[in-house]
Amino acid sequence: MSDPLFKVVDLTIGWDETVVQRGATFEIERGSIFAILGSSGCGKSTMLRYLVGLEAPLSGSITIDGLAPDQSVPGRPLFGVMFQSGALLGSLTVGENVALPLQAWTCLPPDAIGGIVAAKLRLVGLEHAEGRMPSELSGGMCKRAGIARAMALEPDLLFLDEPSAGLDPVSAVELDELILSLNQQLGLTFVVVTHDLESIFKISKSCIMLDRESKSIIARGDPRVLRDTSTDPRVHSFFNRTPLEVTS
Amino acid sequence: MPPAFGIEQVQTSADQGEIRIHGSLRFAEAAPLWTELRRLETSAARGQTLNFEMSAVQRIDGGAMALLACLRAELQRRGVKSEFVAADAHVQRIIHLYGGDHAVARLKRRRPLGTLDQLGRATISILLEVKLVLAFFGQMVVAGAGVLRSPRSANWRELPATMERSGADAVPVILLINFLVGVAMAFQSAAQLKQFGANILVADLIGISICRELGPLMTAIVVCGRSGAAFAAELGFMQVNEEIDALRTMGFGPMRYLVLPRALALILVVPLLTLLADVAGVLGGLVVGVTSLDLTVRGYLNQTARVVSLWDISSGVIKSMVFAFAVALIACQQGLATSGGAEGVGRRTTSTVVITMFTLILVDAVTTVLFRMAGL
Repeated sequence: MSDPLFKVVDLTIGWDETVVQRGATFEIERGSIFAILGSSGCGKSTMLRYLVGLEAPLSGSITIDGLAPDQSVPGRPLFGVMFQSGALLGSLTVGENVALPLQAWTCLPPDAIGGIVAAKLRLVGLEHAEGRMPSELSGGMCKRAGIARAMALEPDLLFLDEPSAGLDPVSAVELDELILSLNQQLGLTFVVVTHDLESIFKISKSCIMLDRESKSIIARGDPRVLRDTSTDPRVHSFFNRTPLEVTS
Repeated sequence: MPPAFGIEQVQTSADQGEIRIHGSLRFAEAAPLWTELRRLETSAARGQTLNFEMSAVQRIDGGAMALLACLRAELQRRGVKSEFVAADAHVQRIIHLYGGDHAVARLKRRRPLGTLDQLGRATISILLEVKLVLAFFGQMVVAGAGVLRSPRSANWRELPATMERSGADAVPVILLINFLVGVAMAFQSAAQLKQFGANILVADLIGISICRELGPLMTAIVVCGRSGAAFAAELGFMQVNEEIDALRTMGFGPMRYLVLPRALALILVVPLLTLLADVAGVLGGLVVGVTSLDLTVRGYLNQTARVVSLWDISSGVIKSMVFAFAVALIACQQGLATSGGAEGVGRRTTSTVVITMFTLILVDAVTTVLFRMAGL
């Protein structure tokens, strides 16, 4: 791997006596779209909370460009995060939500912030929603606004939690296109937590797959290659949408 | 450290100029970039041309591009022709991504609402709210009649728990508040009555005002703050979380399943709380009477028993039942009308307390006048 932006070494996550995943080690290349996959309940979203520094791991280390996730470079945090529902603040308009990190982390005057907000919203196709409240948006629009907010401070790395969950097929494809476009045009690195196979095959060239039973990574690599060549029944079953045969 | 970019303005003809940018434009240097650009763009006047010459830009990120695109749009809106020119392929892609090569749309300016307009809208919104509460009252009556016909259709399992939360759990705060109200009132009136040697009349004043007015009212206000707000928040959260819709699809009407048990719980416990409040208020007056007015305990209590009639107490209890119904009605109506996520829940909870307080005072005034007019 030429230029890893994100490194996870021997990470064990959980709380008290409960271990969700143990011994996870992986690297994410700069400029890639990396997927964290797994069936429901395997700890994908929990893993994301640890990767972005919301929880302290039981053991192991996470570094982004050599820094811990809860550190920040001068002027801005290391990454942006879009949560599953968009997590927009309900009392602020969409524009105010996107402006929030800019107001907190930069000394830009209001007109410059307004310009950046308008540009980011235009980028995600929400230029007409700047003055609307989050409650007036559809699920897909909330996610798009969440991405605009996560991108406000120009992070190199964006975490997306279930970006296509709850979206209609057209909105899901549009969101995939947006992620690809941002990745290719701006060189942003994405970490996407999902179990949407169609989206994975379209946008991601590298992934890890988490397993609930063994509490570990059971596959890593290109998702298309894993789909076609993996001999592990759990991986094969997941990527080919076939029921897992239970052996006694 | 000097910035990684450089900007200069060149006048290429009388009405045409260029802002030549070179180096790396990064979001980390957005503030000096914006200051510099702002300084240069002010010289351009309507009808002139001011292009951004980008051939020497080595690298540009989205944040910096957003600022340039914003500035170009502003120039165009002022009537200055402005484009990005001579950018290499990579920079041109980012310009395109941020709409730097698109036509600039005109800004729609919102006209602020006039005072009369705002007043009219506020009046209509209040009238609509009253209409909704009255409609909800009608639905409650219909649902109540349905429950009387078929008692098993209501959710009685929730009744004891709601009574405990709204009643038993509120006893300490009700006692304390009404005791202190009794103390404060007795002190205020004692200072005046002492001048006329009418110390014993403190017992009359406290007994009647607590039992007829302050006991029921203070109790209702506490219940509104505790249980009313809790009902509104609980039902509001259920509403935004689609739990109410789920109940409806399963055949449970929210009126019978959620509203009536809460309303009944309040109607049953608030009169009891009011009686306790009356006792606490009278005790508050007694403490002041004995310690500051040289009254005896027996004398004070005898005087209270002499002047406070059964009707004084029962009129307070009747009022408290009306208050309890008003709190439940408004809290449940506001909770079920919630929309818009966490913020909506907060807004409805606040409006529950405000509307209920106003209603309680209004109902208290109306019932007092009606009782007086009826000679009671």
